[in-house]
Amino acid sequence: MAGDMRSNDGFPQGESYAGFVRKRRRVGTFFRTLFLLATVLGVVILAVLVLDVANDAFGYVAIQNQVAPESLAEDLEELPQEELLAILTANISAGRLRALNAQALVAERSQEEVLALVVSEVVRPKIVESWSLAESIFERARIEAELATIPNAVLEFKAWLNWDFITAPQSSDPTSAGIRTAILGSIWVTLIAFLVATPLGVGAATYLEEYSKGGKLDGLIETNINNLAGVPSIIYGMLGLAVFVRFFGQITSGVVFGAADPSTANGRTILAAGMTLGLLILPLVIINAREAIRATPRAFREASYGLGATKWQTTWHHVLPNALPGILTGVILSVSRAFGETAPLIVVGVSTFIVVDPAGPFSKFTTLPVQIFQWTARPQEEFQRLAAAAILALLFLLLTLNATAIYLRNRFARRY
Amino acid sequence: MQKDISKAAAPGIKAEIDLRRRPRRGEQIIQSTLWLCGLLSVLITVGIVVVLFFDALAFFGLDEVTLAEFFTGTAWQPKILQFGLFPLFNATVLTSAIGLLVAVPLGLMIAIYLSEYASPRARNLLKPTMEILAGVPTVVFGYFALNFITPILQGVFGRDVVEIFNVASAGIVIGILIIPTISSMSEDALSATPRALREGAYALGATRLETAVRVVLPAAISGIAAAVIVGMARAVGETMVVAIAAGAGPRNFSAWGDALSGLSFLNPFKAAETMTGHMVRISGGDLSYDSIDYNSIFAIGMMLFLMTMMLNLISRWIVRRFREEY
Repeated sequence: MAGDMRSNDGFPQGESYAGFVRKRRRVGTFFRTLFLLATVLGVVILAVLVLDVANDAFGYVAIQNQVAPESLAEDLEELPQEELLAILTANISAGRLRALNAQALVAERSQEEVLALVVSEVVRPKIVESWSLAESIFERARIEAELATIPNAVLEFKAWLNWDFITAPQSSDPTSAGIRTAILGSIWVTLIAFLVATPLGVGAATYLEEYSKGGKLDGLIETNINNLAGVPSIIYGMLGLAVFVRFFGQITSGVVFGAADPSTANGRTILAAGMTLGLLILPLVIINAREAIRATPRAFREASYGLGATKWQTTWHHVLPNALPGILTGVILSVSRAFGETAPLIVVGVSTFIVVDPAGPFSKFTTLPVQIFQWTARPQEEFQRLAAAAILALLFLLLTLNATAIYLRNRFARRY
Repeated sequence: MQKDISKAAAPGIKAEIDLRRRPRRGEQIIQSTLWLCGLLSVLITVGIVVVLFFDALAFFGLDEVTLAEFFTGTAWQPKILQFGLFPLFNATVLTSAIGLLVAVPLGLMIAIYLSEYASPRARNLLKPTMEILAGVPTVVFGYFALNFITPILQGVFGRDVVEIFNVASAGIVIGILIIPTISSMSEDALSATPRALREGAYALGATRLETAVRVVLPAAISGIAAAVIVGMARAVGETMVVAIAAGAGPRNFSAWGDALSGLSFLNPFKAAETMTGHMVRISGGDLSYDSIDYNSIFAIGMMLFLMTMMLNLISRWIVRRFREEY
């Protein structure tokens, strides 16, 4: 065969032809591997990210007790309620006791509750050093050596992410700090963003898909929505700060409804933050809802018109129910974006330190991502651990939201 | 035949009645309401422009601030009333550039692999992973930059070279953050090129790589360029990563000579606050209205808005102008 080939333009012949092909194949295999490695790297980065956070959220801590438990009793946990009560009253101030009694009479609390009080009020454990999970597993000897240099410290394995962490309010003390306030704040803010963005977004999408006749103004609306989706989120924060917090401050702080004290209210509330995030996710909701509406077959509409239905009857009874799963998926994905947003909320004016649960739309608030940011910004290692634990909680909540969206998409996906 | 049926089906209706003429107030109200929903998005844009413009105007109207200083000054120190945008702008450009250096090659390679090489099964597994990466909140990436990338950089280059807060680690993580944006938009562009182009290349004896790089890639280049620019816009507007990891104060220079000597404005291992990072730090405290700080972040915000808007418009223009129609 090779001998039959005509030689022209120096195209390789015979053995050199085979070598030429081999070389091209080698280059092909090399780059194929390179592309594959790049893709695998993407997956690896995601895994490393999660593992790094998990690594920081568990591990040994060195606890230093302000009062050694042994000096109080041989075994605190075994003591009956009465003796614990005696220890408690003997070691705390009368004022503190009154404050505790004001919450619930100390004498009537159970043994476990009084024990917890003795630990938090008298023993007062303090974390003086902490190690990551990898260090805890592989470098036990070094940890023991470091522990020996800290006077009367006890080594304890601590899961920073635990039930107490999730249910406790924010605190400046890393041993008792929790994220309940932040989670509730996140839920409130996201809920309001959802209530703002869903009707407006679906309405706009319905208009653009079903009613728009493609005029100049309609074209402007379309281009504008695409542009809005590319605006950095912090810019929305400035919009929220100037419009919802400052201009409509009387409404967003609840003063006009008599829900807040005019002298202290300043509009930096859940309502203002939720509306800001609502505007932020509006373009996403519109884009997703439009796709879902567009996927409804034309035959549905024609059949409805054929039976004499009006445009709105067709849209309301046939197009929207058919597009509902798609719209819902888009809404959930947008809401999960709002759930993870930080920058616009900081600009709108989140509270830096808040221990009371938000009571309604006019409350001051903090959210989970903001809480993570504030802990990450602190230099002490304990706060980095708290941030890591909060990140795990945040990722878990987001994963649940997104899994719901994917489930809905697969469960109700229709093919025509 | 047809006449007979219509007469039989609607015996009482006279031919002249035109049902379309009947006014339907409810329908009109609904249509107007939906139109208003659409119009609201335009109002948001108008709101952003008005808000940024007026507060920025208030900033430039102050006696302490001049436009010339804003654009040519080399220090941003509100305390002593120096308002030169350069340190903040420079940090934004640096982090974004480092991010693009990471994200463009990786994102493109991932896009080519997913579109040209991966089996449907592998694609179904890898694409959701990229989507998850895109869904991770940016504050988490900030934590990752500070607690993972920075220690690695310090380990490699030495603690005396790499500061705790540094531009490089924030930039690298911004790159990771925008990989999904670039890869998914580029993959869409690559997948959209017609199969016939590939078949033609194979028929001429091209290998898979030659087909992908010399035939498919040039055909999809407008979409890929758009993807890179959208990624750039995201990098410029990215906030939490730089607020956490890049530094908590502008890298100021006493004069241009100071900035240029030894190219110190380019040093990626030193801290530098970006435009977005500065906005977050300033608004973190309780900001009082009409203070110079309050107005200054709106001026920075307007610059940021103009930059990202411009990038988004350029990307749209590239797609329109250079798209290959098949």
